[in-house]
Amino acid sequence: MNPGPVDLASLSVIILLCAPLLVSLLSRSQRLLIYSGFALTAAASLLAVFAGAWTVWSGETQKLIMLIGLPDLPFHLRLDPLAGFFLVVIGLLSFFVSVYSIGYVKGFLGKRSVTSLAIFYCLFLAGMYMVVLSDDALIFLISWEVMAAASYFLVMFEDERIENRRAAFLYMVVAHVGAIAILLSFGVLAGLATGFGSFSGYTFDAMRSAHFPVEWATVAFLLSFFGFAAKAGVIPLHVWLPEAHPVAPSNVSALMSGVMLKTAIYGIIRVTFDLIRVFPWWWGAIVLVFGLVSAVMGVLYALMQHDLKRLLAYHSVENIGIILIGIGLAMIFTAFKLPLLAALALTAGIYHTLNHAMFKGLLFMGAGAVLHATHERNMEEMGGLIHLMPWTAALFLIGCISISALPPFNGFVSEWLTFQAFLLSPSLPSPLLKLLIPMGAALLALTGALAAACFVKAFGVTFLGHWRGHHRPNVREADWPMRMGMIMAAAACLLLGILPTLAIGWMDAVPQQLIGASIGTSAGAFGWMWLTPVAYQRASYSGPIVFFGILGIVIAAYLLLHVRPGAIHRVPIWDCGFEKIDQRMQYNATSFAMPIRRIFGFLFNVKERVRTSQQTVHKAFPKKLYYSLHVRDRFWGWLYKPVIRASFWGSRKVGRLQQGRIQAYLIYSFVTIIVLLVFLR
Amino acid sequence: MNLYPFVMEILQVLILLAIGPAFVGWVRVLKCWAQGRSSAGLFQPYRDLRKLFSKDVVLAENASWIFRFMPYLVFGTAVLAGGIIPILSTDLPLAATADVIVLVSLFAIARFFTALAGMDIGTAFGGMGASREMTVASLAEPAMLMAIFTMSLASRSTSLSYMAQLVMSGQSVLRPSIVFALLAFILITLAETGRIPVDNPATHLELTMIHEAMILEYSGRHLALIEWASMMKLFLFTALGIAVFAPWGIASSADLLAVAAALFFMLLKLGAAGIVLVLIETGLAKMRLFRLTEFLGSAFLLATLGMLSYFILE
Repeated sequence: MNPGPVDLASLSVIILLCAPLLVSLLSRSQRLLIYSGFALTAAASLLAVFAGAWTVWSGETQKLIMLIGLPDLPFHLRLDPLAGFFLVVIGLLSFFVSVYSIGYVKGFLGKRSVTSLAIFYCLFLAGMYMVVLSDDALIFLISWEVMAAASYFLVMFEDERIENRRAAFLYMVVAHVGAIAILLSFGVLAGLATGFGSFSGYTFDAMRSAHFPVEWATVAFLLSFFGFAAKAGVIPLHVWLPEAHPVAPSNVSALMSGVMLKTAIYGIIRVTFDLIRVFPWWWGAIVLVFGLVSAVMGVLYALMQHDLKRLLAYHSVENIGIILIGIGLAMIFTAFKLPLLAALALTAGIYHTLNHAMFKGLLFMGAGAVLHATHERNMEEMGGLIHLMPWTAALFLIGCISISALPPFNGFVSEWLTFQAFLLSPSLPSPLLKLLIPMGAALLALTGALAAACFVKAFGVTFLGHWRGHHRPNVREADWPMRMGMIMAAAACLLLGILPTLAIGWMDAVPQQLIGASIGTSAGAFGWMWLTPVAYQRASYSGPIVFFGILGIVIAAYLLLHVRPGAIHRVPIWDCGFEKIDQRMQYNATSFAMPIRRIFGFLFNVKERVRTSQQTVHKAFPKKLYYSLHVRDRFWGWLYKPVIRASFWGSRKVGRLQQGRIQAYLIYSFVTIIVLLVFLR
Repeated sequence: MNLYPFVMEILQVLILLAIGPAFVGWVRVLKCWAQGRSSAGLFQPYRDLRKLFSKDVVLAENASWIFRFMPYLVFGTAVLAGGIIPILSTDLPLAATADVIVLVSLFAIARFFTALAGMDIGTAFGGMGASREMTVASLAEPAMLMAIFTMSLASRSTSLSYMAQLVMSGQSVLRPSIVFALLAFILITLAETGRIPVDNPATHLELTMIHEAMILEYSGRHLALIEWASMMKLFLFTALGIAVFAPWGIASSADLLAVAAALFFMLLKLGAAGIVLVLIETGLAKMRLFRLTEFLGSAFLLATLGMLSYFILE
């Protein structure tokens, strides 16, 4: 028998599950551990990419039943185009990050043992691949937990700091509340598929062939959407994300933000489009509304941050929102029996999934390189790094352009497709939706523009200008493995941006499998240069021409202007003749975002205080000025504080049972036994 | 092979490069007349450009490659946009490169790099300009999209050539939605091209600058390219407005007479657009930065009203 894609994918998982053994054997020589461990994960990731790409390409579905696990409940694996696509997304970024990790993790040498980091890194990857591959509720939840637990330990890696422990705990709580919801949702689906008396409904196949009454299907959908939204960081369930992502090692934050959130997107698509299949339009509206809120609020919160990694974490919230917009539109179109439009919207959503993995991975790797070099996460202390870290700066800039949805990079293409899906919403039969959905397009435009503002801030404050901090660290450029990881991710951003037609043609099998329609033929009707999602009269975009056109004009203008030698005089800064400028006068992250903070201030909990020092000659000329600004997430106070207080209150009440006297405990046991005997005979 | 579209393409780019400065000159002349001053003539912008091109570049010590790359990029995006917007003819080989949304994003990437260049030197002015520019842009973009959306509802397309052709084919009458969208578009154009009441292109006063603040440190050929590109940007936004709202006269057939007529109508419409611009600019005062929320908010509202009226009335 020839090995198929599913065998390759399971081989990759097996490698990742065995790698921890090798890693723990090598824990004596840490350097060798880093090289061999991460080389192994890189190889396993490449295998997964290969298996996934092959599946999507051929459009075939392969299954595998493993006779391990509980008696009579074997594990089912399945590799269909949807799973294959996500395998590629996860595998590609894991490959880049594994290469990057070889350089990055060396930064911990001599400070702490990296054995646990490498072990949980392997398990984390294995968990993500298994989530995508699993074809029954049991192994899905097991893999989901492996993924969550491994990432918990990765967030905890530098556990001597209290913020890491707090963040990891918060992450664990939210992840488990979500996991319970997913478990219940699968319970409902399995029970309805074959009746609550039998166990055989736990396979996804059984759910696929069942017909669900709409009210129970709604319960299952809402539960699973809640669970997956908690993992994806959809507002208002996002609070763990800006805590956990910044404190994790940067290679792990790249993976958590770039691909772990995507497993939740995978779950939403799997449950709605594949398992439940038939749904009313307002499910899509729910997804759309949550997507829009996450997109706008995510980017606004991101603008208020001055911690580079925290800023990026909030941008993950934004981008998950954009992906959900595509999926929500696809659900609405599907419910109204418009399969072509649904295919367009779904393609936009999954394309953005792939794109976000690439550029967010790149940005987190870049932030990691900066952190590695400066030991600083606070942007207010940074500046001028473009002169010291030219490679990192250029690559980070590519990530910034991509995430700001600017042509010709990849983020633009998927947002453009989402806009096209919005523009097609007037074909919906419902007048209310016709009126309301275009407003969503305006919110998406607002998101894109604010993201551009945010990344001007992030790049400008971090890499441009002068160093803002008091102490100037000895900054060195990232080493070659780190650079290679970033270069590959940046190349992926560019290629996905200028060759969208090929990428969409490749991922065509996914909407074909889920909706029964695809846009590949119409999108590529005019060859690989032109992207025409619906028809060329409707809209068209040519990535190669935009890229090479601008490049050509730039080069031509440069050459024309350099025919005649013109001198460049390097002089001190002019600044309108103001001579006493110093680096503390530069705009920083806080001042850059000030106009936006003022305009959208009502959405935040802003505490701003200005105080002047007492010792002055005159009130108008204070010697020192103290400024403090706290911008807090409103959701924390609205949603989480009450829950926390209620659970403390409840625990205190229950805690009264604890008397500390053996007599009381004996009475409790006695009463329990009596109650059980009376009621459960 | 039919050479006509390629000839038109080249002609358009040449017209953009040549007439862009003259259009700014025309606006300045009109402004001088309106304010009772004597003007420097229609060709002053050309003289300014020539002067700047012949000067050496004075560059701050800590300027990075972004600072030096920005002028070329801004120039490049403007020229590329000139090949896409139907200025003279709707039959352009590059027209399918970008629809309106891509076109707006092309201007956005120029703005992105301008803002970065503003922050590159590390002066307070540069950062201030960058911060303000990005704020204004983020408020203008949703309004812009809504205006485009309203227009594309009728033509079921975001492709510029196709929209223009459809309007010219005569099935379009003056509809309320178009009026609302046009008003919104005018307000956004004022914001995007940095005119009064949003920004003042003539000022170098610290507290009022937006665009000028970002490019304060530029000189020589770099400054010339930026100035030229910003002149072209004003021309391009006007041409975009003409193509979407009043495309009559743009040639759709390969005919020398049609092209000549297109050129004539273009000049006529540009002249009229200049008059409208000057009336707005002399009639209004520069707004405080935080009043811009209301200004751009009303642009957004107008565009939304346009869209609602399309669904309700038409």
